[in-house]
Amino acid sequence: MKKLINGVDQIVSEMVEGLVAAHPDKLRAIENTNVIVRADAPVQGKVALISGGGSGHEPAHAGYVGEGLLDAAVSGEVFTSPTPDQVLEAIKAVDSGSGVLLIVKNYSGDVMNFDMAADLAEAEDITVKQVVIRDDVAISNPEDRRGVAGTTLVHMIAGAAAAEGKSLDEVETIAQGVADNVRSMGVSLSPCTVPASGKPGFTLDENEMEIGTGIHGEQGVERRELMQADAVTEELVQHVLDDMHLNDGSEVALMINGQGATPLMELYIVARKAMHLLKDRGIHVKKTFVGEYMTSLEMTGCSVTILNLDEERKRLLLSGRE
Amino acid sequence: MELSAAVMKQWALRINAKMQEHKDKLSELDQAIGDGDHGHNMARGFQEVANKVEDASYDDIGAMYKDVASTLISKVGGASGPLYGTAFLKAANAWKGRDVLDSAVFTEGIEAAVGGIETRGKASLGDKTMLDVWIPVRDEMKEHGADAEKAAKTAEKEAEATIDRVAKKGRASYLGERSKGHMDPGAFSSQLVFEALAEVYKEGAS
Repeated sequence: MKKLINGVDQIVSEMVEGLVAAHPDKLRAIENTNVIVRADAPVQGKVALISGGGSGHEPAHAGYVGEGLLDAAVSGEVFTSPTPDQVLEAIKAVDSGSGVLLIVKNYSGDVMNFDMAADLAEAEDITVKQVVIRDDVAISNPEDRRGVAGTTLVHMIAGAAAAEGKSLDEVETIAQGVADNVRSMGVSLSPCTVPASGKPGFTLDENEMEIGTGIHGEQGVERRELMQADAVTEELVQHVLDDMHLNDGSEVALMINGQGATPLMELYIVARKAMHLLKDRGIHVKKTFVGEYMTSLEMTGCSVTILNLDEERKRLLLSGRE
Repeated sequence: MELSAAVMKQWALRINAKMQEHKDKLSELDQAIGDGDHGHNMARGFQEVANKVEDASYDDIGAMYKDVASTLISKVGGASGPLYGTAFLKAANAWKGRDVLDSAVFTEGIEAAVGGIETRGKASLGDKTMLDVWIPVRDEMKEHGADAEKAAKTAEKEAEATIDRVAKKGRASYLGERSKGHMDPGAFSSQLVFEALAEVYKEGAS
């Protein structure tokens, strides 16, 4: 294992320390929790948004803490959900009395720990709602799907809605609307190494790729012979579209997300093809994101995310922060 | 079978020793069908448990295991933190006010623990999870009374049986058929829990 770290046990705390030290005007940390909150939290009169999960997905989620986005991010160990205590500390730090929305990716650990935290918060008379994101179409049963890059679009759109002063119920409805209308699928060309294990999660030959990978260095749904960018893009886009109800004239947002070690150059090659494919189907791309939004340490590969936009989602996404 | 408070304390400490000893194997199992950190997380969590209970004194076994549970819930994270934490929390409720556990009361604790794991994790028998070990151990205790050595043997056999199963819950489930051929890491860590019980019971009885 070759990593720029000082020790496996300090990774997350040292990352958090670095983040707040680099952006003291915008962020602060709650001591001994690995929770990062907006420097001005709690923001009076505003619904607070919290997301979190295991670390190793940077910029998710701490990179989304800020005005018009999240109020707090809770970082667990690498690829390990944070504990209920950590989430509770975040909830207490950002609640202004207007309520808190938890944006949770659908993994058993995350769901359990955030649930337990919500129970603890309610016992302290804080109103908490949750939206669970399951955008990964690589998993066939919709209930079991993982939350992946599409989660960051929930941060942006729900964040913009909360910044407008909407109520907790309204923000929850909007966030749920994004969750219901966003789909993703990923491919990996090389694995990543979880520091605690010290070895790559799987091995791939020079001519192999894993299709349907998640964001935790786990294997994908299927191993294939490596294909060219256009063919891979076509497969990912087709899988995503097969799961959506888009028509000629539908409006969407498109995200081409790098998994951590993919050159931007390659992501733009994928983006170009994805945009062609959507255009051919009469689908209008109103907003395109190309870059790293939800990574898996140093994995190479990318995911394609498509969000079906209604008028409200479009307005909030185009006016909001990214 | 009777378990004194001293033996129950040794159980918690022995679970930690087992997790440290098998940390690498647990992570290797997890690497095959998960993300490879189960050993690290279990070792980290039970080390905290050992630090907490080793020199502490408790009014009763329930209080001791409530402390075990809350340490796991607050320190581990992931899925194993809430699942093992909830298991011991439910067991602690069943053991409240007891200085010694007879077979029936110990079994009540294990039964409550299984209920907690089921409610929290929403998995069932055969899903290739820790429950594939815990449920048969509970069933055997309910039918024949608690026997630590039998529990360890059953746990070993049932953990082995997860190898041929397709995972239905947790991260391994994303692999579908490809999860076959590997032992579930949570089933193996559960096996270690019952092996620890058999060891400390035997030592306590002799």
